[in-house]
Amino acid sequence: MLRGLGELTWLEIKIFLREPMGAIGTIFVPVLAFLLLGRFTSRNPVVPPVSMAGLFGEGGVPVLVSILISISAVLSLVTIISIYRESGILKRLRATPLRPPTILTAHVLVKLLLTALTMILMVLAGRRYFTVGHNVPLFSFAVALLLSTWSILSIGFVIASIVPTARFAQPLGALVLYPMVGLSGLFVPINALPPALRLVTRVLPLTYSVSLLEGIWRGESWTAHGSDVVALIAVFVVCTAISSRVFRWE
Amino acid sequence: MTSPVIQVQGIRKTYGRLVAVHDVSFDVNDGEIFGLIGPNGAGKSTTMECVEGIRTPDSGKITVLGLDPIRDVYALQERIGVQLQQAQLQKRIKVWEAVRLWASLYRKQPYVGDQLLEQLGLTDKRNAWFMTLSGGQKQRLFIALALINNPEVVFLDELTTGLDPQARRAIWDLVRGIRERGKTVFLTTHLMEEAERLCDRVAIIEYGRIIDVDTPQRLVARHCPEREVILVSDDGRAADAFARFASVTRDGSRYSIRGVGEELVADVIGSLSEHQIKVSDFRTVLPSLEDVFLKLTGHSIRD
Repeated sequence: MLRGLGELTWLEIKIFLREPMGAIGTIFVPVLAFLLLGRFTSRNPVVPPVSMAGLFGEGGVPVLVSILISISAVLSLVTIISIYRESGILKRLRATPLRPPTILTAHVLVKLLLTALTMILMVLAGRRYFTVGHNVPLFSFAVALLLSTWSILSIGFVIASIVPTARFAQPLGALVLYPMVGLSGLFVPINALPPALRLVTRVLPLTYSVSLLEGIWRGESWTAHGSDVVALIAVFVVCTAISSRVFRWE
Repeated sequence: MTSPVIQVQGIRKTYGRLVAVHDVSFDVNDGEIFGLIGPNGAGKSTTMECVEGIRTPDSGKITVLGLDPIRDVYALQERIGVQLQQAQLQKRIKVWEAVRLWASLYRKQPYVGDQLLEQLGLTDKRNAWFMTLSGGQKQRLFIALALINNPEVVFLDELTTGLDPQARRAIWDLVRGIRERGKTVFLTTHLMEEAERLCDRVAIIEYGRIIDVDTPQRLVARHCPEREVILVSDDGRAADAFARFASVTRDGSRYSIRGVGEELVADVIGSLSEHQIKVSDFRTVLPSLEDVFLKLTGHSIRD
């Protein structure tokens, strides 16, 4: 069943890093922007670094950054899958003993690994300017981020199933995902929203990602966020079921 | 005689309201190069992809190497090699990486990728990205990938489309080489010349139906027995010498003699020598598969 998964995943990582926008766009640019931002804010006494976090509530900035990393991974997945379909790569891989889920799982693994790598680099780079409290469980936070990314990636597969051509992949993905960030509770507390919008946030998966990530950052237990975990897994199950029906290989 | 390697019986495939394959039946024998020929949209690729197990026909029965391509798809893919029409690989995958990946996907074979690359003239392109290869190099790489598992049947879909004549001839030699290794080759093409030069047997397909199946020579003999001899002679007696032929047209010193059957050419040469008529030009016009296609379908394959 999983024969070829390791080989394919490793190959896809190498190929991704060879893309001009691959490594630079998704890893170095965010880390660099983070560093420059850190330098600026730490030199500017008007905006002391601690108050950045205060803008969003505790853990707000790290959670926002993490969500953005995760979304960029999903958008990259949507684009790659639609390019692979359009140019017949998916079809060609399918005409081998590779099982179809193996082909797609390889891409999920690549994105999860790159998300983890970007996060580690961010933490290392940011240490000079932002102090991470000793009570922040970084490892748990990383696991929560990967769980959340894994769940959002399944939404990516649904988007990749319906985009007509590769050119629509990125814009359509952005159109679906970025509004979810706005309603996720990061910028405006969910309780402050009008009732109709509050209902909408209930069905948006990013709401649960944010709730889980913020909670874990604040040091809350996993059991306290069991419903978030269940919601994210449910999103994965539903989206995987949808895309296994509507996914087009060519 | 051994049973056919591929048996296709009455398959039908529709996409929505479009009937891509109406009713197609044919056999492919062990060790032959079998060609499915027809214009674009005739149902060639759909038929081939049903046989390969990557498409499910609506009805009909297919057996490949004794296996059902849908039910036994993974067992089948271990034993066949596939080249798809207009397929690509990842732009920045290196040649050796593609060969390595493919080799890792199959259960049985020791790694023969480097020998294959050498046989296909790709050794100096080992480290090149796929996107930098020429059309001919890409197709040779796809042939390498189709052969990596030492398959018993090789499927080649529109292998030489878009290649220049030189690259095309090189590919033809490679395909003959595949047959020489004892493998069965099933190919599709819309190039009549390719079918005529390469295939042991061809099936002509149009609008999703097989019109006829045979060797190229027998198809020509059956459907286009007409022959034409064109010759140039200044000898005044020539017209009398050719009087015995039913259809002779004359344009100055240029004669065109038409008839039916293999004997026409011998008969014309016989008349020339009998009357000792000198000719300054002599050529025969033989019908080709192209003419067979025209006759069977009422239009050229390029229309």
